[in-house]
Amino acid sequence: MTTSIRIGNGRNELLQKVEALSGQHLANCYQCGTCAAGCPFHQAMDLLPDALIQHVRLGLPGILERQTFWICAGCDTCSDRCPRGLDIARIMEALRQICLREGGDHPALTQLERADLGALPPIALVASMRRNSG
Amino acid sequence: MSIAYYPGCTIKVSAPEHELAALAVMRALGLDLHEMREWNCCGVVHSLATDNLIRHMAPVRVFARLQQQGEREVVTLCDMCFNTLARANQVARRQPEQMDAIKATSGDELNYDGSAEVLHLLQILRDRVGMAAIKARVRQPLHNLRVYPYYGCKLLRPTEVGLDDPEAPTVLGDLMAALGATVVEGNLQTRCCGAYHVVNRENLVAERVAATTAQARANGANVIVLSCPLCHFNLATRQSTPGNALPVLYYTQLMGLAFGLPPATLGLPDATALFEEALPTAQHAQAVPMCTKGER
Repeated sequence: MTTSIRIGNGRNELLQKVEALSGQHLANCYQCGTCAAGCPFHQAMDLLPDALIQHVRLGLPGILERQTFWICAGCDTCSDRCPRGLDIARIMEALRQICLREGGDHPALTQLERADLGALPPIALVASMRRNSG
Repeated sequence: MSIAYYPGCTIKVSAPEHELAALAVMRALGLDLHEMREWNCCGVVHSLATDNLIRHMAPVRVFARLQQQGEREVVTLCDMCFNTLARANQVARRQPEQMDAIKATSGDELNYDGSAEVLHLLQILRDRVGMAAIKARVRQPLHNLRVYPYYGCKLLRPTEVGLDDPEAPTVLGDLMAALGATVVEGNLQTRCCGAYHVVNRENLVAERVAATTAQARANGANVIVLSCPLCHFNLATRQSTPGNALPVLYYTQLMGLAFGLPPATLGLPDATALFEEALPTAQHAQAVPMCTKGER
């Protein structure tokens, strides 16, 4: 597959939104992969965190259809270890928020049976709700 | 000495045994925790978006209430409450203009100046009581327990609010050693359990739980000890070996057993399979030879 990239030609709107919402400057990433190496969920991601950052920087298509930022649980391992001081968990949150604000909330709680709702601890339910609502 | 205590929702709803045991062991150590009035949910996860101020309102309301009640310090048992409150407190200190906005939004009701101190119970035990005093209070050393301390995320990260070295924490291990237990280590002790994904991505949690419990077993553990009620839920209910699951207990419960407090006062029903698996020898450590059940 060939993808055409037009660097420096036109605005990268998604990058601007991600940087505004996360407070992170994505140009600081030097693609070392420390985030991906330490991520407890990297096997479930369809794009590793460092690659996701690169896709956002280059304005590649299909970023908001990726699962990576939904799979991120915000454990902060990558943010804590990033040698460039990037808070990657905030970048993931920015991508979630862009999807939620543009596409609407999709709280997983609505799909649960009553018995499950009763069994799950409130912190699981509230955390899930917050990560899935804008 | 008495310290204000913020329980949080999950301690009251899903982990009352942790609270029961915590209050009992703190009393045994001569420290009183008094529950603060009018507390509300902390919001569970810190808001990571720069523009989502409304999500800081819940923890700020807790601080404002605390301040109105004349308290400066507040202690919590729940790792997620600890993390969310501590991070919101950082926002209050670093971005006072955000507190002004919250104050205005609340009709001047929520007035908070960032002066509260958020503490986790483990910090009180480590930094104020001290491991030596805890060791001195032990009546039934847990010699037969080989404990795998599981830290998870929210006690440790991000570093600026974490209470221990995020890569090589020792607080739970030191506490277990003070109780006379053998500490079993492993590199998955600080890896996320999958957290709230238990709601709709259970496979992620199951994979983390399987790896963590397999490591604990392989390294010789007969019990996992932890602090976070969500880690507890995931590790206790999502093991794939029903009937042969590794017991998962709160550190407060093991402290209570070592202090010689009755199991019922620690939320430990003495007839469960989990309980019988690892603890009978610990309960009677002074009366029973050490190479019995626990060392099979």
